[in-house]
Amino acid sequence: MNARSLLRFNLLTGVVLGIVGFYLGWWLGHLVKAPSIAYFDDTGQNDIALFFAYFVGVVAFLVGLGFANYPIQRLLGKPPSLREKETAGIGRYFSLCTDHKVVGIQYLIGIGTFIFIGGLNAMLIRLELMNPTKLVWNGNNYLTLVGIHGTMMMGMMTSGIIGPFANYLVPIMIGARRMAFPRIEALTFWLLMAAGTILMTTLAFGGFPTGWTGYAPLSEQANMGMDAYIAFFALVGLSMMLLGLNMCATVITMRAPGMTWGRLPIFVWGTISTSILMVLAAPVLVSTLIMLALDRTAQTGFFNVQAGGSPYLYENLFWIFGHPEVYILALPGMGILLEILPVFARKPLWGYRLAVTGMLGISLLSFLVWQHHLFVSGINADLRPFYMLSTELISLPTGFIFLCALGTLWKGRIRLTVPMLFSLAWLFNFLIGGLSGVFLSDVPSDVTTHGSFFSMAHFHYTIMGGLIFAFFAGIYYWVPKMTGYMLDERLGKIHFWVMFIAFNSTFGPLLVIGFLGMPRRVVTYAGYLQGANEWVSISAFVLGGSMLVFLANLIWSQLFARVPAGSNPWGSKSIEFQLPSPVPVQNFDRIPTFGPDPYPYGEDAAPAQRPVIAPARPTP
Amino acid sequence: MSMWSSRGHGWRIAALTIIGIAIVMPLVVFVLGPNMPPGKSTPVAEGQVTDNTVLLAVMVPFTVFILVYIGYALWAFRAKKGEELQDGAPIRGHFRAQLVWLVTTTIAVLFLAIFGTAELLADNGAGGGGGPNPVAKPSGATIPVQVIAQQWEFTYRYPTYGGVETATLVLPVGKQIAFHVTSLDAVHSFWAYELGVKADANPGVDNVAYVTTKKVHSFQIRCAELCGLWHGYMFDTGYVVKDAEFSKWIAARQAQFQPVSKYLPKYAPSYSPDPSFRAG
Repeated sequence: MNARSLLRFNLLTGVVLGIVGFYLGWWLGHLVKAPSIAYFDDTGQNDIALFFAYFVGVVAFLVGLGFANYPIQRLLGKPPSLREKETAGIGRYFSLCTDHKVVGIQYLIGIGTFIFIGGLNAMLIRLELMNPTKLVWNGNNYLTLVGIHGTMMMGMMTSGIIGPFANYLVPIMIGARRMAFPRIEALTFWLLMAAGTILMTTLAFGGFPTGWTGYAPLSEQANMGMDAYIAFFALVGLSMMLLGLNMCATVITMRAPGMTWGRLPIFVWGTISTSILMVLAAPVLVSTLIMLALDRTAQTGFFNVQAGGSPYLYENLFWIFGHPEVYILALPGMGILLEILPVFARKPLWGYRLAVTGMLGISLLSFLVWQHHLFVSGINADLRPFYMLSTELISLPTGFIFLCALGTLWKGRIRLTVPMLFSLAWLFNFLIGGLSGVFLSDVPSDVTTHGSFFSMAHFHYTIMGGLIFAFFAGIYYWVPKMTGYMLDERLGKIHFWVMFIAFNSTFGPLLVIGFLGMPRRVVTYAGYLQGANEWVSISAFVLGGSMLVFLANLIWSQLFARVPAGSNPWGSKSIEFQLPSPVPVQNFDRIPTFGPDPYPYGEDAAPAQRPVIAPARPTP
Repeated sequence: MSMWSSRGHGWRIAALTIIGIAIVMPLVVFVLGPNMPPGKSTPVAEGQVTDNTVLLAVMVPFTVFILVYIGYALWAFRAKKGEELQDGAPIRGHFRAQLVWLVTTTIAVLFLAIFGTAELLADNGAGGGGGPNPVAKPSGATIPVQVIAQQWEFTYRYPTYGGVETATLVLPVGKQIAFHVTSLDAVHSFWAYELGVKADANPGVDNVAYVTTKKVHSFQIRCAELCGLWHGYMFDTGYVVKDAEFSKWIAARQAQFQPVSKYLPKYAPSYSPDPSFRAG
């Protein structure tokens, strides 16, 4: 190995530089003397140093990955390479790569890893709740587990479907060879990886006690571990903004001839409506966190009552982001659902325009409902009827999605493959999630359910039952396209049934436990709820076990017992399944032209209606 | 294939849905509904039980229809084992079905919103924290009780009884109580489960919730907003007692805390203790 190859930019150089940068920033931060802030000296807590460390560390990590090469080459007047690392074998997965398909797979593995960590935290939380009084973890560690679980899941899963699947598929589906901004596309992924790592460093600084919401002033009292939360979510917000802008720009500008708005596959519409939310909601999150960081370092007092600030300000700003955020999580799942149902019902998507209206309607309405999180907070009490109405109105566009799904099943030739099973489970879970949401939208009912395990179970039904089930539907459906090898059907079905039953057996009882008076995020609870909690914990462990079945399936079928998928294992008529598996680097030899029909099932489409595709030659 | 005509499927689904509703609806309204939380200890809690029952009843038709539909579709429209890949009928929508769905869901949603608003204004939402000046102010005299949340316990002040502050919440039966909930540090939430009361405790804010006590009983009090290390231990038991017992109890507390009462701050809607910034 010569010196030149060692200097090549990849994940290793990124990590090394990142660690060096972290300590450099830590040292710089300690140089910044803040004499007016006495507690820095009193307590050994220097948040300024930690923020410097995170900032310099992330920048150094990105430089180490090679993100500075392009601007530097341009400044030096050298011709920069426009597309980086696109044919470099396995190494491209561990470096800055501008091929949208590589980024998609990077997302799948990277985010999958962090979700796995988040899931492990959930297991540890349930272990604690096996017993109402005995402590497995101490109070602080328990809250840190709760905080990491919530924050990791809510942060990472914002890009859980858009990251892997939209990055991989949207350019193909609209007939493009790349995203509008390939380097930014890679940046969004590496920012998320840096963010996830930063969140885990909270363990080195004492954890944080606030859960994923980070309510001030608790987050202002908290120890330095809180800074990891702030840095994590700010980076996730940045990544979301860039990802959303990139998706919007790609779909707006790079559609192939014939691909009009009315012909976009519904998954692309799901991506677009999510991206709009990302672009508009994430800036609020980032600015809120900057205010929180300033409160913690420069003692500004935005959220400090005694200094003239208000905790309500934080709650408002957080939920102005936070409610669109939950639809950022839900909408891509709807896109996958409506994309997969036609394939396995062998029918065109029923009510295409209604589905699009539903998705855009959800996007719009999700900005108008945030104060339903604050029904009992005492803020704006006379506006509660409005937020009650707007919240309940969201069930109209959500109902459109359901109607389109049901209509697509009508008189189909339904095949219960693994992706289809996960999609149907989505319908069941999201139905319960949506209906339980009605209790939270009604003010008198919300008095009991707010802040209880009921609301926790409700959003797990919508997010885990919706998003994660759709995520797995997408994995079983598209991974054969990405890798060229099928996932095992039998293991897939075992995974599905164990996960579906264990999921409902976990969160169904939690709805009841919440109604019976158990608040969220508690380390102890009333003795009469022990039996129910034991049941839930055991179900949760089985649910966790189903993930191991999936992992075994993934490793076994992709590395050892490989069954080639061929170009179209599902008999799908979507464009990505007319290309070879895995999709060649350039996607298409010539840019395709599209006919009027994205879902030509049941009709012998005239040649003019079908896309004209010339797949690129497979990668050697 | 005539028995599988479109009309046949539709009728069967409709019939199954109606049968399903006929079975489930009475169970929900007459069996599950009256037993819904948070029980019937106060008029506010009773109102919430009514609300929960009505919400459940509205959901029943939609839930039954969707589940029946999916079940039916999986039974009737399933491809046979080993069947060659065949497409279904290319149906791309049905205007009337969409219209019916839109109208039905809109009616349900508007009904829920109007019903919820009416319930809120008719005092049933009075148990939820309504800010310093709640919209729905019940008529008649109230006994103010201040709930002071701090990390990690609640204390209670009775301004009409000389501002005495106690660690236990005791209320007289048959009286209208006005809880004034405030916090000294982080955001807490005062949740008196059986009373049907939940109000966030924000520093610097006087958050008012009303409840009328109806019978003698004890009730659980919990903090329902994550407030730091011992959030899980921030619980308590409150008591509704007979008038005479209450007078005796409050008089005893006044006497007991007389020597320290001069150290208490003057009664105020909220308090600003030091330190105002992080202590470390």
